[in-house]
Parts: sequence; structure tokens; C-alpha cells
Amino acid sequence: MKEESRKDPILEPERYELDERQPYRLGWARREFLQLSGAGLFILLTTDPAPAAQESGRRRGSGQSLPEEISAWLHVAEDGRVTAFTGKVEVGQNARTSLTQVVAEELHCPLDSIQLVMGDTALTPYDRGTFGSLTTPTMVPQLRRMAAAARETLLDLAAREWGVAREAISVQAGQITHSASQRSAGLGELSRGRKLARRVSADPAMTPPEKWQMTGRSIPKVDGKSFVTGRHRYTSDLKLPGMLYGKMVRPSGFGGVPRSLDASAARQLAGVVVVRDGNFVGVAAPSEHEAARAVAAIRGDWEIPSQVSSQELYRHLKSHPTEARGWRGRSGHSTGSVEEAQANADLKLASTYHIAYIAHAPLEPRAAVAQWTGPKLTVWTGTQRPFGVRSELAETFHLAEEDVRVIVPDTGSGYGGKHTGEAAIEAARLAKAAGKPVKLVWTREEEFTWAYFRPAGVIEVESGVRQGILTSWEFHNYNSGASGIRTPYAVENQKIEFHPTESPLRQGSYRALAATANHFAREVHMDELASLLGEDPLEFRLRHLNDPRLAAVLRAAAQAFGWSKRGSRKGAGSGIACGFEKGGYIGTCAEVRIEPSERQVKITSVVAAFECGAILNPDHLKNQIEGAIVQGIGGALFEAIEFENGRILNPRFSRYRVPRFSDTPRIEVVLLDRKDLPSTGAGETPIVGLAPAVANAIFDAVGIRLRSLPLAPQGLPDSKRA
Amino acid sequence: MTRIKHLNVNGARREVDADPERSLLNVLRDDLELTGAKYGCGEGQCGACTVLVDGQARRSCVTAVGRIGESRITTIEGVASEGRLAPLQQAFLEENALQCGYCTPGMILSALALLRENTAPTEAEVIRAMDGNICRCGVYPRILSAIRRATALAEGGEQ
Repeated sequence: MKEESRKDPILEPERYELDERQPYRLGWARREFLQLSGAGLFILLTTDPAPAAQESGRRRGSGQSLPEEISAWLHVAEDGRVTAFTGKVEVGQNARTSLTQVVAEELHCPLDSIQLVMGDTALTPYDRGTFGSLTTPTMVPQLRRMAAAARETLLDLAAREWGVAREAISVQAGQITHSASQRSAGLGELSRGRKLARRVSADPAMTPPEKWQMTGRSIPKVDGKSFVTGRHRYTSDLKLPGMLYGKMVRPSGFGGVPRSLDASAARQLAGVVVVRDGNFVGVAAPSEHEAARAVAAIRGDWEIPSQVSSQELYRHLKSHPTEARGWRGRSGHSTGSVEEAQANADLKLASTYHIAYIAHAPLEPRAAVAQWTGPKLTVWTGTQRPFGVRSELAETFHLAEEDVRVIVPDTGSGYGGKHTGEAAIEAARLAKAAGKPVKLVWTREEEFTWAYFRPAGVIEVESGVRQGILTSWEFHNYNSGASGIRTPYAVENQKIEFHPTESPLRQGSYRALAATANHFAREVHMDELASLLGEDPLEFRLRHLNDPRLAAVLRAAAQAFGWSKRGSRKGAGSGIACGFEKGGYIGTCAEVRIEPSERQVKITSVVAAFECGAILNPDHLKNQIEGAIVQGIGGALFEAIEFENGRILNPRFSRYRVPRFSDTPRIEVVLLDRKDLPSTGAGETPIVGLAPAVANAIFDAVGIRLRSLPLAPQGLPDSKRA
Repeated sequence: MTRIKHLNVNGARREVDADPERSLLNVLRDDLELTGAKYGCGEGQCGACTVLVDGQARRSCVTAVGRIGESRITTIEGVASEGRLAPLQQAFLEENALQCGYCTPGMILSALALLRENTAPTEAEVIRAMDGNICRCGVYPRILSAIRRATALAEGGEQ
């Protein structure tokens, strides 16, 4: 930080605002924020250009309205209420709880004195988005630092006010105490009606894991009560005065262009606004059913371009390479010579694996409420990228970013599926035309059709073994992605490549990205090799693992599962898989039973061992792992998007099967707590072990090797499949 | 068509003015601002819209409001009494039986309907009764635990 602020760490806000060293251009947003804050202490954490800055505190583009290098801020009100601000959002992963725990830990104040303001572009620091399991490794340390800095500032203040040695002052349960002089004050009391602001950049002393009191414990969801009583307002529950209900007119297929469109009947309906702007066709009406009626009254004839269908998908992916760049670009890894190693191998295996498109199907579909105030736009919407959606809105409506505010109420889940702002843009366009606020909630069918999908993929693996040692590993992934593509096994000769291809459907992030597909192919292939070698699949893996953390979760899962004691019952089988992704290590064992009559696969038991460094909240971690396993059942066994010539054929829960209570196995989670290692995220990685463990268990049960996800959408095939 | 002028909701007679063809879900949410019942699929497949009609679990998204008549409707907002959570609500909190919480009201009401009919359901009976409710976050095992816990509470058993 700059010299000036070191010399004079406590600044009054007026001076702070005039401080020419502040490069900020703070518009209405920040003034509003300061008003909200009132008197008290105001801590701003500045991010040095460290790795964390890539995640928070920086943003691309121009027209900044918010402090660029401020990555987090916190306010302690006079009455001791603490408000912390973060650009992360809550979509069910319980980040609101874990982040609150971290603030309470370092500020030494009660959990219920803390309010976390999340995902509001006018109030919270810039954040790239809530994805990639990054909240724990990046936001947790930032809030921890900020809360620790706030605590240190309060100690400074108390020492000065009371004229006592700083070392003799302690903070406990929201009280600052100097026991020798029997003086004590609430956290915010010392500000005495003033607005004190302090910027901090240095690393304050933080509580080491072995002394944690608030973190490392199973604190229940902080606002759980508002969910079990139905009081929580999701975006789709909001209602503004005078608000209209919006609904889109969709083409009858992807890329549809209207040959003709007759909205005259809809325009006749009382209170209905019809908007046609290029290919955008939508209505706003005083109620949802009137909006639906208006949409039904619009007669459209759409020209749908000819498109690839599910049947031709995998052939298409193999034969349509693209020159995509960036994270979707071609990437690879190569060591040694796979050609040579293959030539010298005494066992060779080549297998191809397929991965279908699947949908996130968050139970709350995309929703937005948009309100214009003059030229300024406010949108409430459920998204994992509030600042990204703000950019989308600014771009779409030709606005400066500071004239757009995006607010994300705690949202009905995302799983990587809510990175985009379609509903926000639609609601805003309709609201602009109507001159009134508009709410727009996608139907389930729209969510299944017009959102994006987890990429489908083709994976080809060729391996070679010489004298029992895996010596050659060639791995090609077409389309699904590069996440988790590297093998954690020690193989001397490797050639691993991701090939971007043209995707017939719109595709994007999904919990664990392509790591699910890549782990599936790799872990099934390892199982195939073990089987060909007549070796136990656990031993075969362990023999090729150098990473002690991965070996540890694999062993822990096997032990809790009783791998070595597993029996062989007719129609039942056990499978094992492991993986590493986004800083987390997973070992998964699954047991399946094949119902003989319908050849349906029933997963009867799953044991997962997981390690992600020091655990912040064991029960919520366990909850995430269980949830990933249950969600993973769908993609493993039966979920697949079917499509034909620009139309989704199964865009409903009645035609797209998702896991239900009756699909849920007995689940046991083993947590390995590594207090000596930094905490990493856990929302994604636990999903990657499930599909291969289940596929391997099916092979163990009935000798059928399945290499396509979903494995058994209509039950098992009758005969062995190559 | 006779318009619907009132509904018995959560123990009170509420005035409405609704087309009888509209879904009960829509009237509860938009006209009465009882937004605890959620839209999830519109075809009675996910259970997010579940409310009780005369104590029975009903998918309000596929129930025309014109078919309700004088029946008593209970939504999640009417489950706690005088600010005291019902045992099931308490059990959901204690078991952390939610992540995003969007399915939670429907889950609680479906379970409530089951426990009214059957105070000590077996695991298989619970699964059968709850199988029409989808939780995409996958907290099913915890919901089963919460229902078990609430059953134990109702029986006066240990916590």
C-alpha cells in the first residue's frame, strides 16, 4: 500500500473521499453504500497483485464504478453489528455460512452479529464469479484477513482511547476488554458516532487452525430458518409495485428465424405489451396467466436450420474440429514416446468412451426482475456471475457498467449452469418497453432448452503395459473439455490431448466440468487393465500412484467400504475409482445390484473419502459430498439430453429422469482433515469418482463393460457390449 | 365461469378474485404472496409446489384453483405456529437437510402429509411417499434422517 495510508491509517471518510491517492471513481453505488453503513468502523482490504487478485478485486473492461484493488470490505456498526461484503453468491453450497464463520473466527464476535452481503454489484467488491470451487481457497483467506485486520484496528483504537498497552487488551465474544483497568467496550462502541475508515493491505496475524473456535466446526446453515419456513425470497418470489410478468416467444428450434410472426391478437389484449426487437419476441402482462395467454395468441412460423441430432452426435464430434482458443482451446501434455512404449508393450488396450450432454436442471429455473429508474437499470437475478451479468446487461443496453446494478438473492442452485444472464436481459428489455418493472421466470421446458448443457464428448484411450507396469498412456478428449485430463498415475510415456470441436448444442460449465468425463474414461480404463492383468483394481492403482494424498483417500475409501472383504454375490458387484481436481482428492467405492427381471442397475452403497486440506465446516462438507454423489447418479446411470434437428426431445422431468429418493444408495463419507494444508473447495470434485466406480461395479457384477455415460438409461443391455 | 372469490388458507379466509382455471400455485404466489410454494416443473413431477389440501399433499401447479372450494389449504407459511417451528422444520435444520432450500417447503409438506396418515412409517414407506419430490442438490439421505428424527420427536422419543 502507499506510504500515505501507512502513516495515517485511520481516516475520516470525508478525507478518504478526497484523498487524491484514491484512484476510484465511485458513483451512486458507493455513496449509497456509505449511507447504509452509518457510523462505525469501515475496513477496506486492498489486494496486492497476488494470485488472489485474479479472482477478486480486479476486473476487465473499463468504466469502473467500484474500487479496483479493494477485494473485500467490512463494517462494524456502533452497536457491534458486523456487515461483511463479498461478490460471491449463495447457491446452496453454504458459502454464506462458511464465510460468516471465518469472519466470526477472526473478529471474535458471535455468528449472529454478522451479516454477509453477497453478490450485489453496487455494494460488494468485484468478483469473477462463484465457480471453480474457488470460494474456499480465495474468498475465505480474504475475509479472514479482513476480519483479522478489523480486529487489530479495534485493538489499536482501544489502546489509544484507553491509553493502555495494546498487548493487554483482548477481544472475546464481541467485547474488547482491558482487564487490568476493568474497561470493556462492544466492537463498534469505540467509533462513538464517527465514521472511521481504514485501508489494510498487510497480512495481520491470523488464527492458526489448531486454535480455531468458529471454523472447523459444524455450524448449521446461518439463515436456515428462513428456508424451512418459506420466508426466504428467491428471485422468482420477488414482487415490485406495479410489476408486470414477462414471457418470451421462443422459436420452435435452435437458430430459428421467423418467416412470419403475427402478434396482432396479442396486442389487442388489455394491459399486454408486445416487444419485437430483431429476433427478440416477448410479452409483458399484468399477470403470469395473461402473459401466457398473450404468448399463445402470437402466431409464428419459424425457419429452423438443419442441425445434428443425438444419433449422429459422436460421429459429428470426431469429425468437426474447431480452432477454439482460451480455455476451450486445444491443449495437451506429452512426455516420453507413447509410440515407442506401445511398440514394446506386452499388453495393449484401446477403448473409446462416450459422454452425453446433460442438463443442470436447477430446481429454481432462471429468473429475473428488472427495474429501470431513468437510464439506470437494476436487475435481481439468480446467477453465479453477478458482475458478468452486469457486463452483459451494460453491453446489451449500451449502458455504462455503473448504471447497471445486479443483485443476486440466495438462489435455487446452479451447479455451473447459471453463469449467464439470459433471463436478466429478457426481463430488462421487456421492462424498458413497458415502463414498469418486469419479472420473468423461465419454465422448466425453457430451462431444459435455452440454457446450456454439460458438453458431450468422445474420449479415446490407448495404453500399454510392460511386465505389469503401465508404460504408455495416450488420451484424446474430443469436445468435453480439458479439466482433469491429466493422469495422476505414474506413467513414463504420455500423450494427452484435448481437441475442441464444434458442438451441436450450446454448452458450458457443469459441476466439475470435464473432470467427470475424463475421470470416467481414465478410471474405467484402469479397471479394464487391472482386469486384463488379473490384478485387484485397488492394488493396480496404488502400485502406480506417487501422490500420497490421492493414495490416502483411495485407501480410506477402500477400508471403510470393506474392499478387501467384499464378497461375490450373484448380480451384485463392487467398483472403485479415485481422482484429484481443484485441490480436492476423492476416493470412491460403489456397490451395485442388478435387478434380474428388468436388468435395472441399483446403486446400493457408496463410500467416498475426501480430502481438501483443513476442513472449515465438517457437516456442510459432508453435505456437499453426499449431494455430489446423488447428483452424479443421474449422469452416471440415466441422464442424457436427446435432440433432433434443433429441438430438445426430453425437456421435462417426466421425460428427463433425475435422481430421486428411490435411486439413493446408502452413503458413507470419510473426511480426511489436513489442518496442515490450506483449505480448498469441495463443491465439485466429489462428483468425479461416482460414474467410474459404478461402471466398474457393473462389470464386477455381470461382466458387462460399459463405456458410455449414461451407463444404463434403459437398464443393462442383454449381451456384452464391446 | 364463476370466479373464485375466496380461499381458506392457513386457517384464515382470504379474499381473492381469480379465474377458476388458474393454478392454485399461481394464485397462492401472485395473489396472496405466499411464495413458499415453488414452481419447479409445471407438470406435478418435482413436488416443489406441494401444499396440503385438507391435510393431503397436493401438487398446486397442476391443481386448478376452481377445484378447491371450501377445502383447507396449508402452505409452508402456515406450518410453524406462533413462531414455533414444527418438529419437521426443526428436524430439517438439525439434520442440515437442505442446501439451496428451493425444494424444502415441498419436502416438508409432503412429509407432513405422510406423517399425518402414518405416524411411524417404515423407510420404504417414506421413500415411496417422498419419491415425487425432487432435490437437485441431492440431500435425500438427510431428508430421510430429518423425517426419522421428526417421527421420533412426535412419538416423544429421544431427540
